[in-house]
Amino acid sequence: MTTSSTVHSTSRNFKNNARDQLANEDLQAALNKARGHFVDGRATARDNLPEFDDLRDQARGIKDHTLEHLDFYLEAYEEKVVESGGHVHWARTAADAQQIVLDICRSVDAKQVNKGKSMIGEEIEINKALEADGIRPIETDLGEYIIQLRGELPSHIIAPAVHLTKAQVEASFRENHTELDEDRVLEEPLSLLDEARTILRKKYFEAEVGITGANLLIAETGSSIIVTNEGNGDLSQLIPKVHIVLASLEKIVPTLEDAATILRVLARSATGQEFSSYTTLSTGPKREGDPDGPEQYHVILLDNGRTDMLGTEFEEMLRCIRCGACMNHCPVYQSVGGHAYGWVYPGPMGSVLSPGLIGVDEAGHLPNASSFCGRCEEVCPMHIPLPKMMRHWREREFESHLSPGSVRVGLGVWSFFARRPRLYQLATGLQMRMLSWMGRKRGRLSSVPLAKGWTKYRELPAPQGRTFQSRWRSGERV
Amino acid sequence: MSDGPRVALFVTCLVDLFRPSVGFAAVKLMQDAGCTVEVPEAQTCCGQPAYNSGDRKDTIVIARQVIAAFEEFDYVVAPSGSCAGMISKHYPELLADDPDWADRATALGARTHELISFLTDVLSIEKVEAAFEGTVTYHDSCSGLRELGIHAQPRSLLDGVDGLHLRELEDSNVCCGFGGTFCVKYPDISNNMVSNKMEKIVATGAETLLAGDMGCLMNMAGKLQRDGANVRVRHVAEVLAGMGDEPAIGEPQDGKG
Amino acid sequence: MATDSNRDQILSSLRRSRGRDGPVDEATAESLRARIAGHKRNIVPARTDTDHAGLVDLFETMAQKVFATTTRVSDMAEVPDAVAEYLRGANLPSEVVMAPDTDLDAAPWADTSMLEIRRGVPDEPDQVSITSAPSAVAETGTLAMYSGPAHPSTLNFVPETHVVVLPASRVVKSYEDVFDAVRELTADPDRGGLPPRTVNFITGPSRSGDIEQTLLLGAHGPRRLHIVIVEDD
Repeated sequence: MTTSSTVHSTSRNFKNNARDQLANEDLQAALNKARGHFVDGRATARDNLPEFDDLRDQARGIKDHTLEHLDFYLEAYEEKVVESGGHVHWARTAADAQQIVLDICRSVDAKQVNKGKSMIGEEIEINKALEADGIRPIETDLGEYIIQLRGELPSHIIAPAVHLTKAQVEASFRENHTELDEDRVLEEPLSLLDEARTILRKKYFEAEVGITGANLLIAETGSSIIVTNEGNGDLSQLIPKVHIVLASLEKIVPTLEDAATILRVLARSATGQEFSSYTTLSTGPKREGDPDGPEQYHVILLDNGRTDMLGTEFEEMLRCIRCGACMNHCPVYQSVGGHAYGWVYPGPMGSVLSPGLIGVDEAGHLPNASSFCGRCEEVCPMHIPLPKMMRHWREREFESHLSPGSVRVGLGVWSFFARRPRLYQLATGLQMRMLSWMGRKRGRLSSVPLAKGWTKYRELPAPQGRTFQSRWRSGERV
Repeated sequence: MSDGPRVALFVTCLVDLFRPSVGFAAVKLMQDAGCTVEVPEAQTCCGQPAYNSGDRKDTIVIARQVIAAFEEFDYVVAPSGSCAGMISKHYPELLADDPDWADRATALGARTHELISFLTDVLSIEKVEAAFEGTVTYHDSCSGLRELGIHAQPRSLLDGVDGLHLRELEDSNVCCGFGGTFCVKYPDISNNMVSNKMEKIVATGAETLLAGDMGCLMNMAGKLQRDGANVRVRHVAEVLAGMGDEPAIGEPQDGKG
Repeated sequence: MATDSNRDQILSSLRRSRGRDGPVDEATAESLRARIAGHKRNIVPARTDTDHAGLVDLFETMAQKVFATTTRVSDMAEVPDAVAEYLRGANLPSEVVMAPDTDLDAAPWADTSMLEIRRGVPDEPDQVSITSAPSAVAETGTLAMYSGPAHPSTLNFVPETHVVVLPASRVVKSYEDVFDAVRELTADPDRGGLPPRTVNFITGPSRSGDIEQTLLLGAHGPRRLHIVIVEDD
């Protein structure tokens, strides 16, 4: 699969990352605050809409239909964008997409680019590319703005700064906002918001180019749709003279009606809102006589490994609408936060998508770091079988001998016995009697050779004695 | 022997090795419900460790072995949602493209059940004769809950146990951190998950924690005991079978300790 | 930038993944074009199965749930006073920037000495905007705004307070109803077959949960959204 030259991931260090994050008190405090909020919100939104589960089924059907004919719908979409005076650029890799953005920016001599929230922007590391070209990227989503100040990646696809406490945000503002009065009290989230609003307000009017992502692209009309709560995506696209939309190519749906169905499950799954504050359809540049709006409208359609997932066991991942419900409900994500995953997409969706986009050799830890509890699939509005696909990555890893040697040896010994019932019963019978004898006084063991992963944090309950099978075979009955 | 269905007990490796009393409880519950219970000799494990580690080839060998050993029975029943789910949901998927085995896997899958839901949903048992004094709480193991839809069944049977009071566990549907090999491959994360679980268990004030899967039970029992929490841990089948006086998981067999 | 070759490569790998050498066959293409042209509705929630008065009530309830404020007046003549009263009550400035929208001309603004009105595009310091709304969705209390000479989209986002004059007759059930209205507009020969550049669905004021998931209003767009419902039917 495609590996972009611009990828900077620490996914290989997932275990160490996770350990650091578990010890990070600020992160743990922030995650504790967010958890209930998202889970309860989704549950309430679902309860308030009797059609919710039927809408999920339809949404899945729409995406499956679209993926089946993606080439057709992309061409139909392109035709409509051109008809409305816009431009479509096709990018196979992150580097291609960066280059297209830079070319557009240079053509209007851009000094500053305002950005609405875009995960594709993160994926192609557009800020780095812009900065390297002397162009100032300004993140305008509050969460993105905060992490841009801190030089961090988003830790969540819809709540980029969910890993931070308000005290950390305040510290970042004090460090970066040089005109900020030292005596001004910034303890409360509202005062922090006001501070960010004041700073960003000026910047909205300075940029030559605005970049947004897209939640959906509509083949019928050539429109892009963004969904936000803050309104920053709208200010970013309305005020500068150029609007660039960064979108991966699976964002397309056939009609506005199809978009409506997906929109009805999106916000409910994400934040528990019935509808986000702003859902904006943008079609081409401003019309003759329009008093505002961009003079140029460009859409960059990014592949970056996605077409390679089509037609494979990972195709269903391309139904993802980036709501974040999987990570909001994932006990692993909720333990370690998004940064531990080491690349742009965290949580269950990242554990499936990242190996596809940056390679299973790079991101192989991620699909392994799941207890397969299945909660992600349960809440996924698009019914993506995330655990099944994580297992498929494990299979690929196993087949290509990428899994750690110790795991393979351990598994090999276990499966040798599992395939031979008599030997298995003999060996396990002996082992259990030994363990039982070792634990006879306390009923449990605090340290067992070869089971350190277990006994590091827990007691190992001692076996009752002889195995069930040997007792049954020797005639014992209830 | 009764005229009831002929049921094969898939005892599961953890029950076989660590907690045979659960196997005997399962046998008793099914016999009381009129089943003829047998324990096929050629059983080891359902194959989840290999399956979840990406070793599809070995999993398939094990799956075929299980199918061959169990397909002569009317039903296959396991005192575990994850093992029952493995046989009923995952074997048919694994063998779907194998012309010799696909139908056999599907047929066995359709006749394979988790113990408690087998009692309520297949045998239509509404009440068992059992007594257990005290307050218990119940953890919904993930595979049983999400693959097999087991939620109301254990609660309805526990409701009929004399002297038993069930206090619901907050986040009872959130994973305890066991996850098979997950808990030893990612011990730090697993520990965080089981610590959160322990906090909720202790907060119920229940004296006993019940669940339907040995893996989860051993994980939670091991954590509760390591941290000195005074909660006893048992498989729900033991309580329903009236075998709740057995020393709890991780307690000494002589009852002292 | 070789986006043409990128385009060809992407399309051909999409086709390969579907086991095709080229585009879909003509019969399939025809059915896909028909699917687009038919733009069939999917499930529309039943909560809007009610009469028009019920829809207006639902719209108002849903809008209030997302922190919009509302007042009802019985005709356009009452609108200026209602706006002035709202601004005074909320301690907001009386200078307003208003959309150059003929819909709004039906109200006797000149009779209200309490408002200082400028028509056009907002400037950064503008505190209050007044616009009409061509449509509003009862299902979620959502306003629909179309960009155009009569309605600069920046009026929806730049000022701190957005006052919307909404004739009750414009309340529809669903987003799908708005899409149909936009299609009708698009079919207008004067528009060159194009929809408005921007269609804004607005559900409550701007908000953010980015700091410790605390709900805060007025992140970048308006802190306040006030809807004056004109009972015109």
